[in-house]
Amino acid sequence: MKEKFNTIKSTAVPLPDENVDTDQIIPARFLKATTREGFGDNLFRDWRYDSNGQPMVDFVLNNKIYQGKILIAGKNFGCGSSREHAAWALYDYGFRVVVSSFFADIFKNNALNNGLLPIVVNDTFLQSLIHAVNKNPATAITVNLKAQTISFENQSADFEINPYKKSCMINGYDDIDYLLSLREDIKQFELS
Amino acid sequence: MPKTLFDKIWDKHIVTSREGYPDPLYIDRHFIHEVTSPQAFDGLKKRGIGVFNRERTTATADHNVPTKDQHLPIKEALSRHQVETLRKNCKDFGITLYDLGHPFQGIVHIIGPELGLTQPGMTIVCGDSHTSTHGAFGAIAFGIGTSEVEQVLATQCILQHKPKRMKIEINGELGKGVLAKDIILYIISKISSSGATGYFVEYAGDTIVHLSMEARMTICNMSIEMGARGGMIAPDETTFNYIKGRKFAPHGDAFNQKVEEWKQLRSDENAQFDKVLSFDATDIGPMITYGTNPGMGIRISDRIPTAEELKDISEKPSFIKSLHYMGLEPGSQLLGKPIDYVFIGSCTNARIEDLRLVASIVNGKKKAEGVEVWIVPGSKQVQDQAQREGLDKIFEAAGFELRSPGCSACLGMNEDKIPAGKYCISTSNRNFEGRQGPQSRTFLASPLSAAAAAITGRVTDVRELMKISKVDKVPH
Ligand code: SF4
Repeated sequence: MKEKFNTIKSTAVPLPDENVDTDQIIPARFLKATTREGFGDNLFRDWRYDSNGQPMVDFVLNNKIYQGKILIAGKNFGCGSSREHAAWALYDYGFRVVVSSFFADIFKNNALNNGLLPIVVNDTFLQSLIHAVNKNPATAITVNLKAQTISFENQSADFEINPYKKSCMINGYDDIDYLLSLREDIKQFELS
Repeated sequence: MPKTLFDKIWDKHIVTSREGYPDPLYIDRHFIHEVTSPQAFDGLKKRGIGVFNRERTTATADHNVPTKDQHLPIKEALSRHQVETLRKNCKDFGITLYDLGHPFQGIVHIIGPELGLTQPGMTIVCGDSHTSTHGAFGAIAFGIGTSEVEQVLATQCILQHKPKRMKIEINGELGKGVLAKDIILYIISKISSSGATGYFVEYAGDTIVHLSMEARMTICNMSIEMGARGGMIAPDETTFNYIKGRKFAPHGDAFNQKVEEWKQLRSDENAQFDKVLSFDATDIGPMITYGTNPGMGIRISDRIPTAEELKDISEKPSFIKSLHYMGLEPGSQLLGKPIDYVFIGSCTNARIEDLRLVASIVNGKKKAEGVEVWIVPGSKQVQDQAQREGLDKIFEAAGFELRSPGCSACLGMNEDKIPAGKYCISTSNRNFEGRQGPQSRTFLASPLSAAAAAITGRVTDVRELMKISKVDKVPH
């Protein structure tokens, strides 16, 4: 059973860089753990800390003004390696939503499998969201998964999500629960 | 209805279809390694269930392993723990493991084909994005996350939505010194690192048909680098000849029967693709990347573009950031740029054919002063073969050594890291910031281009070197 996803109202952290790959989200040398927890400490490690482990003041996660459960990302977020650790790290750090105009495939799947909602919006909406948060970091953003809407100030956008994945997230189910219920069918398939 | 090769294989593997649920896709072959599997086994333990079909999963240790003194215990505690955890999980759950020191150990995408585990018409997954490599055999092969590894272990299926289909055709004769790596770097430079997101690609055209299996694997391997879920090539005589006689391939009559089946595995004439792209092989030269994603590539003889020359102006900020990271000037030439490291390895280019190509360039020469060269074979079998052919001696005489197999500096999880600020010309597949070590700078290129740079110490057009050394026939 995973955490159930309901409506989220939160401020957001803007990271509008394009093509952020999973090696940036969690560098390979931090993939050595054999559990799912604790990856948040090394989220964006090489952008967050210098080689002496000192926080880099320019990086948005080190800027206390920006906080919240929503990450606003640039185009093609999560490209590269299939490491699910990227989704775990974002979740472990406290994010529950990533908004972008475009996600890489495997990352999107991994996020959905871990209670992290990837929301695709069009570029215009993304830009005005970034603009609003930059202007006022206290901007509150509401994500309503049931209604499939994301809104802030007086703007709102609908987003798509596969109905099956939506019900999984709302109910805290994962794919294995469904697959396990099909075991007899799978055995039959193997025999055929 | 005419069907694509992809559809034919996909449709055959759907276990059952239920309204409102994604289709469970049956998986014929599952590969696992130490980095993306421990949490999946944990999941099984928590649920109190075993592996659904042990025969279909094969494990190896590759990502984290040292490439020197592999017979000694792994020094780094966390890496050692990860490999030990894999050992324990394989033992507890009854899965075959090709561990360090085993004659079949190696990079997961090299050993599958090498052992004949990878076959046409199969569905193949692994918790690693370069699983696309296996598509070279006419299989549907793609990378998955750890939750999906758990699904496969628990049920031999995963839930998937069908991707769109794309065909990429390449026709024409390749120029001298131009390899499969150049073809794929060229395509990615044309369509960008997200140009095929949402698609599964079939490569076709006479250029592809004339390629060896090794070369086809290099191309399919990097499909993920343009965002594609995977890439595939219809099997043909080249494929069947490669598979014949391999350890886990069918033998004798069973093999002949299989070949008849495999011959049906091609896209029907008039099959509909969601997108079709065509390229002319004569336009491709030796390629190199200059930026921090694999789409940022140029012909080695061209100059780096300027921000004004970018096709999409919205990419300007990331372009500038990327060049800054690489310490390069927009509009400048890469040819002649001094390099510090040469890495020949990874699941893209560490097969025996790649090592032979490298040997053809360095034979009788010495590496440039001050350049560090690492040759890391893709598997134990590749290493042994290279030794049998005396390639190790050629490398030694040139001043570098053939190491033991593993992923090594492709992702810098073990001690093979490129130091901060240093330039590495690499035959691997990713030039992301810090991929080969924190603050490392990567130029992706073919094994020939990497070998040429090892000799000159600079970014070099291998065709210049080939003129001098009279190597004019290299296999593609
Ligand atoms: S060689 Fe590199 S790309 Fe290939 S499996 Fe290993 S880490 Fe991944």
